[in-house]
Amino acid sequence: MNQHPLTSLFGYFALLSLFAVGGANAAIPEMHRVAVDVMHWMNDRQFADMYAIAQMSPGPNVIIVALIGYHVAGFAGAGVAIAAMCGPTCTLAFFVARTWDRFKKARWRMAIQAGMVPLSLGLIAASASVLARTADHNVYAALITAATAAVAFFTRVNPLWLFAAAGVFGLSGWL
Amino acid sequence: MSESPAPQPFCPSLSELFRAFALVSISGFGGALPWARRAIVEQKRWMTTQEFNETFALSQFLPGPNVINFSVVFGSRFGGAAGAAVALAGLLGPPLVIVMVLAILYERYGDIEILSRILTGITAAAVGLLIAVVAKMAAPLFLKRWNSAPVFALLAFAGVGLMHWPLPYVFLGLAPFSVAFGWFER
Repeated sequence: MNQHPLTSLFGYFALLSLFAVGGANAAIPEMHRVAVDVMHWMNDRQFADMYAIAQMSPGPNVIIVALIGYHVAGFAGAGVAIAAMCGPTCTLAFFVARTWDRFKKARWRMAIQAGMVPLSLGLIAASASVLARTADHNVYAALITAATAAVAFFTRVNPLWLFAAAGVFGLSGWL
Repeated sequence: MSESPAPQPFCPSLSELFRAFALVSISGFGGALPWARRAIVEQKRWMTTQEFNETFALSQFLPGPNVINFSVVFGSRFGGAAGAAVALAGLLGPPLVIVMVLAILYERYGDIEILSRILTGITAAAVGLLIAVVAKMAAPLFLKRWNSAPVFALLAFAGVGLMHWPLPYVFLGLAPFSVAFGWFER
């Protein structure tokens, strides 16, 4: 298949977005599978870097698709990737929002909601595992991951401080 | 949890909508949700806590980025299609500009040893943050009396995270059963 990169970007992200229950973080493994394993757009390390950059920058996490798009096809790639990731689901959200309130008490609505919660949890957990495998390639990195997880779980520290501390550890050259 | 007073019965203008979401987007590190709640419920009082939770629940169950969906649902409630477009533009515009600058820098300087070391550390921390999110989401599901939710969460995790199967297959394979259990379990 010799598709134009913009076409493949659009196709992959539009398809992906429709199954990304739980948001951008639920879609990370699929992005990784496509970008690294299937399309060979980048290597493991570049993917992990882009995840870190997206997390460090302000705004919604979905912004990582703009980074991937830019890497593949420059500004046009970024625009196409973000439009594909948001366009279909925003259209869906727009139309569902107008009818959803009417079915507030409907049993099927509660069933769908109840059914989606565990799936999105499982998918986000899968993201954490895929990212941990690309990011934690030695004991020190794994320790930073564990320490950050504990601090973020038990306290309400601003994540930027955790990033700063981890960046300093990284700079020290142990990782 | 503090009780939030009833929202004033007024309608934000399109430019107010844009500014509110633009502000949320640039202050929201590590996800924009907490900031959206703060701006809309506590500062602007456009919604009560309960309205916010219900609107957000809807955007969470829809596929795609949650906060993006939320901006569309919220914007359309106050300003129809134009409101939805304006809220979305506010939420995506400023972070896109920032991240494009970072992308240019990364493509040019990403190979520099010092930068790549720092990024390695930050990536490890970012994974830790994600694990904390998972733990917070999982606690209520796993602590309840026995129900099917943990089973489906584990199956979704195994299919995508361990077997590396494509997301659409895993989703379409599990969703019908998960929803069916949602129907029969109360």
